[in-house]
Amino acid sequence: MRITCPICGERDRREFYYQGDAVALRRPDPDDTPEDWDAYLHLRDNPAGVTRDLWYHEMGCGAWLVVTRNTVTHEVLGAVLASDAARGAA
Amino acid sequence: MAEPAKTPALTLTPTTPCGAMLPLRIGTLTLSEVDPGHLTAMAPRQGGALGAALSAAHGLDLPGPGRATGTDAARAIWFGRAHVLLMGPAPDPSLAAQAALTDISDGWAVVRLEGAGAAAVLARLTPIDLRPTVFPPGQTARTEVFHMQAAITRLADDAFLIMVFRSMSQTLVHDLRTAMEGVAARAGD
Repeated sequence: MRITCPICGERDRREFYYQGDAVALRRPDPDDTPEDWDAYLHLRDNPAGVTRDLWYHEMGCGAWLVVTRNTVTHEVLGAVLASDAARGAA
Repeated sequence: MAEPAKTPALTLTPTTPCGAMLPLRIGTLTLSEVDPGHLTAMAPRQGGALGAALSAAHGLDLPGPGRATGTDAARAIWFGRAHVLLMGPAPDPSLAAQAALTDISDGWAVVRLEGAGAAAVLARLTPIDLRPTVFPPGQTARTEVFHMQAAITRLADDAFLIMVFRSMSQTLVHDLRTAMEGVAARAGD
């Protein structure tokens, strides 16, 4: 498995650390409803198909990435810097 | 009253990270320790002009991702996201306005692997593509060397600068020695 780091280029999977669903980039506002916070903290989709995860380029440049991949075919579809993804979501 | 015991004269001798383990010569390959001088991690400030300051103060071009500039006396090595390593001279005070400077001298073990087959040795230890078309002299990478966080810079076709945390120096020398012996043993193939 290879992931293309936006900074370093294509690298082996062993350089990366997996953190989980990229939900952390969509943190609710403090005044949002308890249901929103419950969903943010506890509820996760388990898609058969395309999913977005946070990965850390631990052994490489130290960047946090949002990696899009397919859980059915195991294709890695792309990766962007988490800082860019967070700005895009705002 | 008894005379106070005299403190014996104490002489402190600095040791390098690899100490007596290096140099090593195996077949066509040599592994030697490099005294890098000062090591300064520079994190450019947003909107700053580190490139101009670095050029004016040390005559070095600011390297982009994956690149290293300079010579043995003074190098600037890309060192990760928004980080550049200044190796050699003490940082000029003018740099502090353009980047957050952190003195990491003595924090890293720095070795030089040189000789025919040097890339074959490293290929046993790191997952990056070392072919000259992809990783020519002047190219650098933050990557792993046998599970250690490392920085590898290609100095010439058959010469690499390898850095790991100082506490890992013994493991680094052991792993490089094993790989060098393996490559040397197959040299006749």
